[in-house]
Amino acid sequence: MAKITFDGIEVEVEDGTTILNAARKIGGNVVPPAMCYYTPLKGSGGKCRVCLVKVTAGSAKDPRPMPKLVASCITPVQDGMVVENTLSEQAMEARKGIVEMLLINHPLDCPVCDQAGECDLQNLSYEHGTSGTRYEEDRRTFDKIDIGPLIQLHMTRCILCYRCVYTADQLTEKRVHGVLGRGDASEIGTYIENSLENEFIGNVIDVCPVGALTDKTFRFKNRVWFTKPMDAHRECETPGCCGKVVLWSRGEEVLRVTARKNEYGEVEEFICNTCRFDKKEMSDWIIDGPRHIARASVIAANHYELPVINPHLVPDLPAHVVDTQIQDQN
Amino acid sequence: MGLKILTEHINVPGIETYETYRKMGGYRSVEKALKTMTPDEVVEEVKKSGLRGRGGAGFPTGMKWSFLAKPEGKPRYLVCNADESEPGTFKDRVLMEKIPHALIEGMITSSFALGARTSYIYIRGELMFVLRILEKAIAEAYANGMLGENILGSGYSLDLHVHPGGGAYICGEETALLESLEGKRGNPRNKPPFPAVWGLYGSPTVVNNVESIATVPWIVNNTGDEYAKIGVGRSTGTKLISAGGHLNKPGVYEIELGLPVEEFLYSDEYCGGIWKGRKFKAVVAGGSSVPILPAELFLKTAEGVPRVMTYESLSEGGFVSGTMLGSGGFIAMDDTTCVVRNTWNFARFYHHESCGQCSPCREGTGWMEKVLHRLEHGHGSMHDIDLLVSISKQIEGNTICPLGDAAAWPVASAVRHFREEFEWHVRNPQEATKPGAVFNKSEAVLA
Ligand SMILES: Cc1cc2nc3c(=O)[nH]c(=O)nc-3n(C[C@H](O)[C@H](O)[C@H](O)COP(=O)(O)O)c2cc1C
Ligand code: SF4
Ligand code: SF4
Ligand code: FES
Repeated sequence: MAKITFDGIEVEVEDGTTILNAARKIGGNVVPPAMCYYTPLKGSGGKCRVCLVKVTAGSAKDPRPMPKLVASCITPVQDGMVVENTLSEQAMEARKGIVEMLLINHPLDCPVCDQAGECDLQNLSYEHGTSGTRYEEDRRTFDKIDIGPLIQLHMTRCILCYRCVYTADQLTEKRVHGVLGRGDASEIGTYIENSLENEFIGNVIDVCPVGALTDKTFRFKNRVWFTKPMDAHRECETPGCCGKVVLWSRGEEVLRVTARKNEYGEVEEFICNTCRFDKKEMSDWIIDGPRHIARASVIAANHYELPVINPHLVPDLPAHVVDTQIQDQN
Repeated sequence: MGLKILTEHINVPGIETYETYRKMGGYRSVEKALKTMTPDEVVEEVKKSGLRGRGGAGFPTGMKWSFLAKPEGKPRYLVCNADESEPGTFKDRVLMEKIPHALIEGMITSSFALGARTSYIYIRGELMFVLRILEKAIAEAYANGMLGENILGSGYSLDLHVHPGGGAYICGEETALLESLEGKRGNPRNKPPFPAVWGLYGSPTVVNNVESIATVPWIVNNTGDEYAKIGVGRSTGTKLISAGGHLNKPGVYEIELGLPVEEFLYSDEYCGGIWKGRKFKAVVAGGSSVPILPAELFLKTAEGVPRVMTYESLSEGGFVSGTMLGSGGFIAMDDTTCVVRNTWNFARFYHHESCGQCSPCREGTGWMEKVLHRLEHGHGSMHDIDLLVSISKQIEGNTICPLGDAAAWPVASAVRHFREEFEWHVRNPQEATKPGAVFNKSEAVLA
């Protein structure tokens, strides 16, 4: 076990845990955002750099600070490590810079984007971005690509988090490659089409933090915040599919089926294409009850659970944390 | 004449053949190491020599070798980084082209020291003709029992392969190189784990530059202590410098570290001064990634101390008034050079070469290039100059690999030292966009 201090809060975690997961154990507002790291996907993380934090003491043995900010999602904790996230001006400043970078080539077409309301990039910009832009040049654009009848790739919105690449790699067979080209000309490759035959490729839609990969059976049907999320399940015959989903409906009409995601937007268990695309009747499903959306997004507006620091972990909340908690309540 | 360790025999006719190379004393280090030394003894000599990696970062080679993990049941690898793609750097190419056996000898002795049974030379894809030269030399080494099973009856066996890159600068970054060698897309890996623990195919691996490896035979033959006597302080030995730009005598020079920069730049033994009798304006002293310096600050530090060619002296003054020895890619610029244009050109390179994995580098390199393009073409504003510095700060230190820093430093340093020139471009767009127009300090003051 390793004991670390994160934003002034002590927490004890298993050896080898990443700083980000240690922070998630604390919960609440101190948790750094993550746009590329995705717990169920091996090898993910380290790319978007929005989770950068300041390590002010490396470990009990070697208490020197780390010279650069580190990506909390891939850096393992050491016993006695001291980390600053919201307390570090340097980390917050860097994050602001990175959000700006993620947005300079983004089309900002939220009004016509299906992801709006449950988009990690929207949330991130709202919390860490600035309202203006210093970017005057033309933005990078790509043509939309239909990758099969069910999924559309709108590369212009992509932030190259590689999550869909890992999903396709790890969940589907016969996949060859995901990213073509390099630098800001990189794009998610159409090789991905080859794997569309596969029963699990629909999961790329769920892992995509932005509106780059969307469900064609739901496109333009509704705004997500008008739909009602419900936990449901069915006996699914696809090997490897858990059959546990969230139904997004309006009245009696099921508009969309997704996997269940936790408060960090991570899929709990992946689902198959049959559940996702073919079972759009209430009668296909056994309803488990309303879905609580614990994320800070528009869809959570009516079912919003405040980010609360796990109280049993921190009996005496440091003053600065209490403050932000209270501000949120208001 | 300075001491020549790597290039002593470079002009001997036929030196590219095994026969001539051997006649000139080649492969002695293989005999000495394999027959009379233990691997640890070789590592110890390299440690004592103080040799620092010649690929750019200057990390002590002996120390890197001693960090190599040695778990049971896993192979270890030595990989030679011959990707040499940094603008301004062309020394490895010359060495491999002229004396291929020097690298092969170094690979054998070093592989022995590290306990590697298979080693690789990853060579820049554009250098196909050099790859052919190396392959021929490797075949000769096999034929003469220097490679393969049971080398010189010592019981040590080694296979050596050459592998070409696909034309990406980023594959010179050691972990991207390993990915590429494994047949994958050349994306740098997140570190830790470092290659010493998790390298090629998940095995402990050392990645070293061509020049670093080619220096090992001399150290084994003459001892590390002898090597450490050459040079100054922590900059021991000799270094190849690829001198380019506006010089009377551009070329690859082997210098003893500690050579005064004035002597290197102006003496006839080396660069022979700035060409066409023009004035010396600025220099990029260690390959395109290092900060650019105006002539005065290069010749003497901010305190007025004449600089010498060592890692320490060139970095004296830090990022405010110093630079770095880097990979030894020395680019001299005369007073007809437009720094804005040059900076734009470098930025274009880094924009083109970013692998695109991490957001600050992927987006920031392109942004800087666009702003510089605007400034160079007379559409810039004063505020763009600060914007450049701000973007470079947003990239620096926040990326997966050092390419981000390498893209940020040239821009930040150009603005720091040549701000007036950027401002002149904003104030006089018509003047500045005329072909060949260059900012002239004295005239600008009058205007
Ligand atoms: C973008 C980038 C490009 C690089 N290109 C080269 C190269 O072409 N050749 C090289 O030897 N080292 C290159 N390096 C440095 C290597 O990552 C590594 O540090 C070096 O090969 C280690 O060898 P050394 O210790 O002998 O210097 C590059 C680094 C970066 C970040
Ligand atoms: S398409 Fe979506 S999941 Fe895939 S890399 Fe782009 S942003 Fe990430
Ligand atoms: S810094 Fe640039 S080149 Fe290096 S990993 Fe990040 S995007 Fe790729
Ligand atoms: S979440 Fe850590 S770098 Fe993207």
